[in-house]
Amino acid sequence: MIEINDIAKSFNGKQVLKGITSKFEKGQTNMIIGGSGTGKSVLLKCMIGLVKPDSGHVLYDGRDFYNSDKDTQQSIRREMGVLFQGGALFDSKTVEENVRFPLDMLTDQSHEEKRERVAFCLQRVGLEAAAKRMPSEISGGMKKRVGIARAIVMNPMYLFCDEPNSGLDPLTSVKIDELIKEITEEYKITTIIITHDMNSVLEIGQNIIFLYQGDKLWEGLNNNITKTDVPELKEFLFSNKLLREMER
Amino acid sequence: MGIGVSSIFIVAIVSTFIGAVSCIQTAYNLVSPIIPISTVALIVRDMQILELAPTITCIVLAGKVGSNIASELGTMRITEQIDALEVMGINSSSYLVLPKVLAAMFTFPMLVIFAAFLGIFGGYLAGTLTGVITERDYLYGIRDSFVPYNIFFMCIKPFVFGFLIATISSYQGFFTQGGALEVGKSSTQAVTNSCISVLIADYLLAQLLL
Repeated sequence: MIEINDIAKSFNGKQVLKGITSKFEKGQTNMIIGGSGTGKSVLLKCMIGLVKPDSGHVLYDGRDFYNSDKDTQQSIRREMGVLFQGGALFDSKTVEENVRFPLDMLTDQSHEEKRERVAFCLQRVGLEAAAKRMPSEISGGMKKRVGIARAIVMNPMYLFCDEPNSGLDPLTSVKIDELIKEITEEYKITTIIITHDMNSVLEIGQNIIFLYQGDKLWEGLNNNITKTDVPELKEFLFSNKLLREMER
Repeated sequence: MGIGVSSIFIVAIVSTFIGAVSCIQTAYNLVSPIIPISTVALIVRDMQILELAPTITCIVLAGKVGSNIASELGTMRITEQIDALEVMGINSSSYLVLPKVLAAMFTFPMLVIFAAFLGIFGGYLAGTLTGVITERDYLYGIRDSFVPYNIFFMCIKPFVFGFLIATISSYQGFFTQGGALEVGKSSTQAVTNSCISVLIADYLLAQLLL
């Protein structure tokens, strides 16, 4: 479980996060939603240690990330898997080398163990045939799947996904969503997804947080979200014509 | 590997032509009958060893290697590859920057030795083929009044310049913010700052070591 308590962050005097508090349960696909510039990605970066919050705490199963010693922070980092928006694959390495990279850098596994683990992860995301290809030779959807394979190769306890569907066609988006949900349930991972894709929210979102101008305006379960009375959330949800008609 | 080997061709071209031009221009200016013609080769040798091979080669490398390092790291920054390393708990600066700095510090002196050799050889080719100096005079001149310390001085320069070029370019690339436009700006800034720092260091080293 991940808990965030009163996370606040400002950049050049502009407050981007205004004291966000929440809990993200294990084995659930937790979602942080909101429009562009509402602080979703900053909140994610605060959680994974890329941006230090001005105040507040991030607790990984009770371990306070920012008030821990370096060794504890390092061990928490090794329990994280992160899927970045563009995949963040290393351009100079093949798909297989990208997935093997965390094993090479952070474990003492034998070559054979690494090879088996990489093959398993690539097979899990359906990319065993693309192992020898370079990131520049594969599509955007495949890059995201390689990103997922790299994120899960270390058997993470926490999985973070920053807009996993951005730039993908609807069919590929659904496949990526299903893959994340399956992995979350199969390995009992605490998954946090940043998105503004309403299909994902309705399809795989379980616990959902809505951010608006750096504030948490709503938190609840997937099946309650469409019944909300929060005007900003309603506006966000029903900005899509199809969903507006469904509401009526 | 990429820093040194991929620069051999440009270093060879530049140094050979600079050696050739310095031979022709020195001969053109040495018109006194009391100065032996072998002095042309002596001047070409000392110009190459003391200044042209280390400094011009490193200015060329600042353009080639510096822009390469800055754009590579800048692209890695804006595409979140550096963030990915940091999230994994890997020290991104030591993983990405340190090998580049060490590679530059150890390959630049080798390239400069190669450049000095080709520069002197370029002078030989230009001098003998155009008839401004005979082969015998040139070979005598490059061995005349040779100071071995100058070779040590020639090797110290690229060691320092390599450190400066790699660290400045890495800094510019590593802290790039924004998009493709900013990567281009970082690359230009890396080359400009590296060239200025090489020239300042060149002056300081000459003052300190000669």
